[in-house]
Amino acid sequence: MNKSILILKREYLTRVKKKSFIISTLLVPVFMAALMILPTYLAMMDDKEERTIAVYDPTSLILDKLESNEFTKFHYIPRQEFQKLSKNFKSGKYYALLHVPENILTTNLAEMISDKQITFDIKNLITNRIEKIIEGEKRKKVVDESGLPDLEKKLAATKTNITLETIKIGEEGKAVKSSTEIAMAIGYVAGFMIYFFVFMYGIMVMRGVMEEKSNRIVEVIISSVKPFQLLFGKIVGIGLVGLTQIAIWVILGIAITTGVTAFIGHGSAETVVQAQNIMSAQGMDQMAAAAPAQKNITLEIIQSIGNLNIPLIIFSLFFYFICGFILYASFYGAIGSAVDSDEDAQQMMMPVMMPLIFSIVILFAVAKNPEGSLAFWASIIPLTSPVIMVARIPFGVPAWQITLSMIIMLGTILGTIWMAGKIYRTGILMYGKKVNLKEIVKWLFYKN
Amino acid sequence: MEIFQANNVVKEFVGHVALSSVSISVKEASIFGLLGPNGAGKTTLIRIINQITAPDSGELFFEGRPIKADDIYQIGYLPEERGLYKKMKVGEQALYLAQLKGMSKKDALKNLKIWFEKFEIQAWWGKKVEELSKGMAQKVQFITTVIHQPKLLIFDEPFTGFDPINTNLIKNEILELKKNGTTIIFSTHNMSSVEEICDHIALLNQSKKILDGQIDQVKEKFKTNTFEVQYRGDTPDLEYRLGANFKVLEHDVNDRLKQMKVQFLNGNSNNELLKILMNQFEIVSFKEVIPSMNDVFIHVVEQNNLEILR
Repeated sequence: MNKSILILKREYLTRVKKKSFIISTLLVPVFMAALMILPTYLAMMDDKEERTIAVYDPTSLILDKLESNEFTKFHYIPRQEFQKLSKNFKSGKYYALLHVPENILTTNLAEMISDKQITFDIKNLITNRIEKIIEGEKRKKVVDESGLPDLEKKLAATKTNITLETIKIGEEGKAVKSSTEIAMAIGYVAGFMIYFFVFMYGIMVMRGVMEEKSNRIVEVIISSVKPFQLLFGKIVGIGLVGLTQIAIWVILGIAITTGVTAFIGHGSAETVVQAQNIMSAQGMDQMAAAAPAQKNITLEIIQSIGNLNIPLIIFSLFFYFICGFILYASFYGAIGSAVDSDEDAQQMMMPVMMPLIFSIVILFAVAKNPEGSLAFWASIIPLTSPVIMVARIPFGVPAWQITLSMIIMLGTILGTIWMAGKIYRTGILMYGKKVNLKEIVKWLFYKN
Repeated sequence: MEIFQANNVVKEFVGHVALSSVSISVKEASIFGLLGPNGAGKTTLIRIINQITAPDSGELFFEGRPIKADDIYQIGYLPEERGLYKKMKVGEQALYLAQLKGMSKKDALKNLKIWFEKFEIQAWWGKKVEELSKGMAQKVQFITTVIHQPKLLIFDEPFTGFDPINTNLIKNEILELKKNGTTIIFSTHNMSSVEEICDHIALLNQSKKILDGQIDQVKEKFKTNTFEVQYRGDTPDLEYRLGANFKVLEHDVNDRLKQMKVQFLNGNSNNELLKILMNQFEIVSFKEVIPSMNDVFIHVVEQNNLEILR
């Protein structure tokens, strides 16, 4: 056992000290954070340039209704000036020239002239505002024509926004607000994470075994330790490398998410206030009323995350990572010992990879219907259960199913470790022989 | 005293027998040559001594008692196909391998320092193995084999990959180890080095031991009573004058210094031959032809293969 620890230490330290490991472990969360923050940050970076837009409005429909704000000013110009400007527009005093044609009520068409590409924000702002003004104008006309008083108010009252609250009855009969979307997202991410880690670190075990075999150092080492101790130390050492990476990612992930939430949360509050100001300034109370509803969603997300069984999710994530890894690493270790070349390894890996890939293929179906029989069986069968069970757990899985899955998993691991040990012992000393599955099965029954 | 003994060891793999009832016994503080053509079963026997594989039947003794698992720490093994972790630093790796052989880190460091100084390779300590030449890596590997001061060392073709200077260095180290009481099992195809350093040999062929014994006795056993004579002078009808008791195997008369090989056919003595020859010409040299290990090897293996065919 002492020797296994020595081997484990070497396997762990040589990998953790590698530059590529350090870089990927630290950079991936930073990249993820950048992916989260950058778009929001850039979107929030207010366009601080002051622009004046010349407005020619022969309809007088929007006259005075288009109010200037801090950075975008509107300046109404008479016909002569419009004619002069429109012929040969050069930005300078005016950033652009807005022309509201007389027939806008029927054509819904306005134009904006500039010698530059009009920015997205300006275009949006002006389109939105004119839209609202024209819509109001049209509505007023309809109301006037119908002769019904209060029609406007009545129409406004028909605006509906349904919120479907999903409530799950917990085990103590307590109603808990749940969010299907959140459970799905967490399940999906967890499933993918397991897939990714089991795959990556399983292959790492195979490469390690192959390296020792092709280096021929393996014969020296097994003249000091039992082959099983070597395989065991290697699998555990590499597994710990994986756990280290997960742990660092989880910690950095939490730290970064907290930072990002604070950052965006702060910013978004401001944006909401701004939006409300603009809207109320325009007298569109019904829109402003929608904003608090949006705030509610954020609150609900936080609430329903709080309602998830976080300790169980984290525990199962680690349990299924460790077990799934040991399961697949034993397979990969056995393959690595049996082959001489990369090409042979590729060939032998295919059947082992299939169940893992299959888990990912059915992951979406499982997330859509976490109680279905596909989800049930896939989370019980140990070859797919690491990915599928962690994806199901955020939805809530009966305790007996989790227990059953875990027990079957542990039993299977014992079996595969024994099997891998047998194959490994024979394989590492076998050179220059092209092996097939039949041959490997024979090795299981070799005496020492 | 025997440090290692194998009695009637049998090992079968699916489809072929690797060792059939092989017995060897290795004396303490000696160099034991384990010889045989490719595929004779040497590597299997070495792996059994190292407890990498277990025999199907037969007994193994270490220092006079049945071998036990811990005895591997008393054995150092340099396999024929050797290698180190390429990406690992020389010092770290040597330390790791020494610790796997049961040494404490402190002792390992101390011994490694002595050996690195002896081989003048201290500068390699922090280098990665992939930066070393093949010969350099072999030196490091030699050190990692002997570092834990094992009682029994097994070298499988230790000289391959070394230049003549380093071969000599390693040879001297091996003899030095022997002088200090270490027993060495030495497997090689290089018969001249066997003659040079081995005390005792065993020859395996097709899974069986076909010959063993002390090297001088083995050679004695295979000598053919042949003498090499150099002479000056002219002797027509030499073969006739020698009579029926002697047979001339080779006769080279083209040089001024003439040479011939003569074999006794039945129990004659050297002096008898000398007496006859003295009267014929002037003898320059006269010596018995002792077969080289190379001759013995080829002769015995070919003979054995013929017997198996029959």
